[in-house]
Amino acid sequence: MEQQSLDQLKKISSQVRRDILRMVHAVQSGHPGASLGCTEFFTALYFHEMKHNPAFSMSGEGEDMFFLSNGHISPVWYSVLARSGYFKTEELATFRKLNSRLQGHPATEEGLPGIRIASGSLGQGLSVALGVAQAKKLNQDPHHVYVLMGDGELQEGQIWEAAMYAAHYGVDNIIATVDYNGQQIDGPTTAVMDLKNLRAKWEAFGWEVIETKKGNDMEAVLAGLQEAKASRAKGSQSSISCTQKWALAWTLWWARISGTASHLAMNS
Amino acid sequence: MEQTLDLKYTYTEKKDTRSGFGDGLVEAGKQNPNVVGLCADLIGSLKMGDFQKAFPDRFFQVGIAEANMMGLAAGMTIGGKIPFTGTFANFSTGRVYDQIRQSIAYSGKNVKIAASHAGLTLGEDGATHQILEDIGLMKMLPHMCVINPCDYNQTKAATIAAAAYEGPVYLRFGRPSWPIFTPKDQVFEIGKGWKMIEGSDVTLIATGHLVWESVVAEALLRQEGIRAEVINIHTIKPLDETLILDSVAKTKCVVTAEEHNILGGLGESVARTLAQNFPCPQEFVAVMDSFGESGTPAQLMEKYGLNAAAIVAKAKAALARKG
Repeated sequence: MEQQSLDQLKKISSQVRRDILRMVHAVQSGHPGASLGCTEFFTALYFHEMKHNPAFSMSGEGEDMFFLSNGHISPVWYSVLARSGYFKTEELATFRKLNSRLQGHPATEEGLPGIRIASGSLGQGLSVALGVAQAKKLNQDPHHVYVLMGDGELQEGQIWEAAMYAAHYGVDNIIATVDYNGQQIDGPTTAVMDLKNLRAKWEAFGWEVIETKKGNDMEAVLAGLQEAKASRAKGSQSSISCTQKWALAWTLWWARISGTASHLAMNS
Repeated sequence: MEQTLDLKYTYTEKKDTRSGFGDGLVEAGKQNPNVVGLCADLIGSLKMGDFQKAFPDRFFQVGIAEANMMGLAAGMTIGGKIPFTGTFANFSTGRVYDQIRQSIAYSGKNVKIAASHAGLTLGEDGATHQILEDIGLMKMLPHMCVINPCDYNQTKAATIAAAAYEGPVYLRFGRPSWPIFTPKDQVFEIGKGWKMIEGSDVTLIATGHLVWESVVAEALLRQEGIRAEVINIHTIKPLDETLILDSVAKTKCVVTAEEHNILGGLGESVARTLAQNFPCPQEFVAVMDSFGESGTPAQLMEKYGLNAAAIVAKAKAALARKG
């Protein structure tokens, strides 16, 4: 994929938002909130940051790869995959319908190009992405592995098993992102199970934390991703102090949809 | 007892099946540079130390974090690796069922779940560690292949075969020292059972440690004039239905034997096959829907009715039900 200009990226984001609304509305089912909240992030990744090939290969050799841990925000991923050429945009209309490749949560069973593993049951994506990153190191493939997690999802214990592993092995070719929107099914994360000082938690696990406060501002998202990447490059030059060179791009996103499109693109 | 019997298979050495896994893994690692090992703080128990020494860059100690191990393994397959995860059968299945279901089975990932210390023969550690439900858990997952070899040689061969097979595999083996009675360097064909002894009166279908007990039971039954056919079902899924049906067409009754709960194990897979194709009397040598307890392997196998004597008794019961 060629890198797109800022104006083009903003236009693509608008189109992706339209896709998300149409897909979810058509079946009156799905998770539009965080899908809309993460639109800039996905657009920035697939149309600017990642080196990737829509002529999909499972192994992703010589490419950057993305993994979605919070699989319920599949609409935004499907839209961005279609818009970047992995499959025809007409197929978006099959979302969550019988015999579709666009399952409610991302899956490989039906062979949808762009999806490399199923997700939906929360807490598993960071482990998977670390496995992919570890294999890339074994294969001497210098490309990055990206993974997105929800903030409520961080209540799952497996995330912290994976966080600990990354630090122990110095897995520095992964950029993990948390969609820190403060909401989960039963209410605000502060009420359901407070994440408290999330930055301190990740830092205590040995991660470098980068915070992007305006998660729906394309320039801010691009800057955050580039900072995360640069952080790795910086660390890689150091031959001794290599225990803290992987990055967590921590973004604040407004995410709850309250019915009308006018509310969608607000920042926190 | 074994010394005085006219056994069709004999042994000169005993060894644990987990050592067969450990040695098979080194061999698989030599054959294919994509084979990698992961272990959740049980390198010694799983006999993965030799692999770690031979291929330090391809071995990953993950600590006591089995859920993460399953996810890591699934991810590694995407980069073309063939990961073997190593921990006890209990922590290889029940503890991480959802990780296996979503990230490995549903995603069709080429992960080999190496599960040691399965069943009662784990012994003194007791029921917290003696999983008797793992075959059921794993065979219910679409795409999952389930293998439970019977001795050191077969476990080594199964490990090498699992590495060469494309798709998720659950490889179950155990802790105790056990007779080595199958050939060295045997060819292991996944999904293909092995008729070890010809017979005409009753078919003994066994998996894992119970295959040896069935060989002993055959000799005991022969002393009483009963000719038992012994089938070694090392692959529970996919099940070699042809071999089983060919045998029961002749014997018309069956005993299944396994170190597993009666619910969900080999016996139920055989019962389904028979119900659909050739209904006939079947008796079950298995744990009767209970947990285990602490004890020596031999004491436990005796108390829970998982030895040659129990197979003989069930064979007679099956024969008595033949019309």
